[in-house]
Amino acid sequence: MSSVVEVAAKNGRPRHRGRVKVPNITLAHGGGGKAMHDLIDDIFVEAFDSEGQLPLEDQARLGLAELAVHGDRLAFTTDSYVVKPIEFPGGNIGKLAICGTVNDLAVGGAIPLYLSCAVIIEEGLPVETLRMIARTMSATAQEAGVKVVTGDTKVVERGACDKLFINTAGIGVIREGVDLGVDKAQPGDVILVNGLLGDHGAAILNARGDMQLSTPIESDCAYLHGLIDTLLFAVPRTRFLRDATRGGLATVLNEIAEASQVGIQIYEDRTPIRSEVKGFCEILGLDPLYLANEGKIVCVVPREDAETALAALRSHPFGIDSAIIGEVNDHRAGRVVMQTVFGGRRIVDMLVGEQLPRIC
Amino acid sequence: MKYVDEFRDPEKARFLLEEIRVLVPQIQQNRNSSSPIYIMEVCGGHTHAIFRYGVETMLPDGIELIHGPGCPVCVLPMGRVDDCVALAHMPGMIFTTFGDAMRVPGSKESLLQAKANGADVRMVYSPLDSLRIAKENPDRPVVFFALGFETTMPSTALTVLRAKKEGIKNFAMFCNHITIIPTIKAILDSPDLQLDGFLGPGHVSMVIGNSSYVFIAEHYKKPLVIAGFEPLDILHGIWMVLKQIAEGRCQIENQYKRVVPEGGNTVALDAIGRVFELREFFEWRGLGSIDHSGVRIRDEYAEFDAERRFSVPALKIADPKSCQCGEVLKGVIKPWDCKVFGKDCTPETPLGALMVSSEGACAAYYQYGDIEKIHDTRALVEEMA
Repeated sequence: MSSVVEVAAKNGRPRHRGRVKVPNITLAHGGGGKAMHDLIDDIFVEAFDSEGQLPLEDQARLGLAELAVHGDRLAFTTDSYVVKPIEFPGGNIGKLAICGTVNDLAVGGAIPLYLSCAVIIEEGLPVETLRMIARTMSATAQEAGVKVVTGDTKVVERGACDKLFINTAGIGVIREGVDLGVDKAQPGDVILVNGLLGDHGAAILNARGDMQLSTPIESDCAYLHGLIDTLLFAVPRTRFLRDATRGGLATVLNEIAEASQVGIQIYEDRTPIRSEVKGFCEILGLDPLYLANEGKIVCVVPREDAETALAALRSHPFGIDSAIIGEVNDHRAGRVVMQTVFGGRRIVDMLVGEQLPRIC
Repeated sequence: MKYVDEFRDPEKARFLLEEIRVLVPQIQQNRNSSSPIYIMEVCGGHTHAIFRYGVETMLPDGIELIHGPGCPVCVLPMGRVDDCVALAHMPGMIFTTFGDAMRVPGSKESLLQAKANGADVRMVYSPLDSLRIAKENPDRPVVFFALGFETTMPSTALTVLRAKKEGIKNFAMFCNHITIIPTIKAILDSPDLQLDGFLGPGHVSMVIGNSSYVFIAEHYKKPLVIAGFEPLDILHGIWMVLKQIAEGRCQIENQYKRVVPEGGNTVALDAIGRVFELREFFEWRGLGSIDHSGVRIRDEYAEFDAERRFSVPALKIADPKSCQCGEVLKGVIKPWDCKVFGKDCTPETPLGALMVSSEGACAAYYQYGDIEKIHDTRALVEEMA
């Protein structure tokens, strides 16, 4: 069942826009027929193109000249989001799908511009849940200054996916002169993070309800290109940036140590982690260094720029709790060592497996 | 964090370390020997904390920690893992387990692999979660993989008691609980053992109390100090053991008084006694069969015993030949002395269980250990050979 609403399209001719009238998604919504068109109109066109600006073609068409204004190289990335549960304290899968891909572009020094949005929906998902998530995506994209310009919808039978999976690909433009790389860390460089670590991982684990702990921890899910802009403007010689998502801080540090063939030393007492997350980890036997973040980056900058970088990060709302947590050295290449609060030293290795539930 | 940070205070650690630095040469002088003082921490929780906080890297030369058999996942023989996998693959079965048992290798599959191959294996944080799953799925059998020392026994026992009271018919335990005392005794009786003292397990002692350890001091003339799990507890415990050695004493002392009562926890002991009875013997990985070292569910609660309700293969599977887990467990060799450490046996592809759990000595060394020291030792060994 669907009704038809007439809206004015860009060319002035009225275009029929469908409406979904059933409460839950069914396989018919992925069938390619009228039900699917109604779903796309009612949920996605409504969220991403409510004014009917975009032509309904199979691809987005982007002007090259407009892109070239921003820089000299394209950045192109893709990421799939399968977080469980799809709603959690501090966000939902839609916010994550926008921020995650924006951040993947931004940490390469790119200005994020356009995103795609492909959804795989499990039959039975309430239409209102999908609508709420699409609206979150639209609002987040708008705040972040990026446009969702193309997409795809598939519906699979119950059990073939878990409620909703989202893939977003993104295109950005890298400014001239910016050249960040995981292999560019040098002995003497310092390592910074832009705030408290482990919030997302702890919030997701807790939201699953298995532990029956009550904590106020919220996901740190945020788009970071503004913060990164501020940093790159203050410290153009920044060597490397990466968002510390799956595998947490420990994984990113190991990637740097390996790719740059350097040693890394961090200090437990300088690594910012909120006490709720510490307590949460303490109870469950987890290590916060491996917990996922969705709004935190690891930055490597030359030593002489350390204070400037710290001040720049702290000047941004998403960097208030930034800290210098360690330095790059020329000891054992590929090794990350942490000076513990207790005064001992320990190796911080890559995690081998993941016992934890899906987190992004 | 309140009540935690106090026990990680580096200032107090420095003070204890200074004392330890004085005691070690003093003991060596008394003995007229420069060989190291060997202290075994029996409990896997201690092993984990020692590596997590780098306690070993702070100790002076002349003192060595031996990481004992107190990681229940690590001492589980391969045959028992195979039994778990067989149970998990039974039609309709929901098999529930603590997370760290998921990756322990069986002869064909780990539970994690069994899950990937279609078995319904679920990770729980308490046996009561497992009982809840049983209530939610009344038409399917649900088995809980009960494992651990006296620390986890009470919660298993209470779950069985509750299941009985509530008349839950589709719930059972695969009981692999083990007891610490016979195991310490087996280690002390081992001929190739050179130990000077023990750090006693804090959480086990919270349940069983102090008195069970008296034979260690009286018969075997070794000091034992029950210690907590914060790094300062561990350093303090080490200092107390050294102090006893220096003063020629062999006593059972309790560093963890804030948690461990003299007589243990009588409510927990009562629940354990009602539900479990000693097995004649139990097989340990690396250590072989140890008399009276395991418990099983009493006849009265047979309906909750997975070994009686289902047919488990119960085959004895020999440890891989190249694996030297037993010698590492007894402290005869260090993890890095094992022929396969870091080569064929890594946390990604563990041959021995010591490489699996974060409480296992090998995994701890591999993950957190002083790699420089390992490299140096290896280089030295190779030079000498």
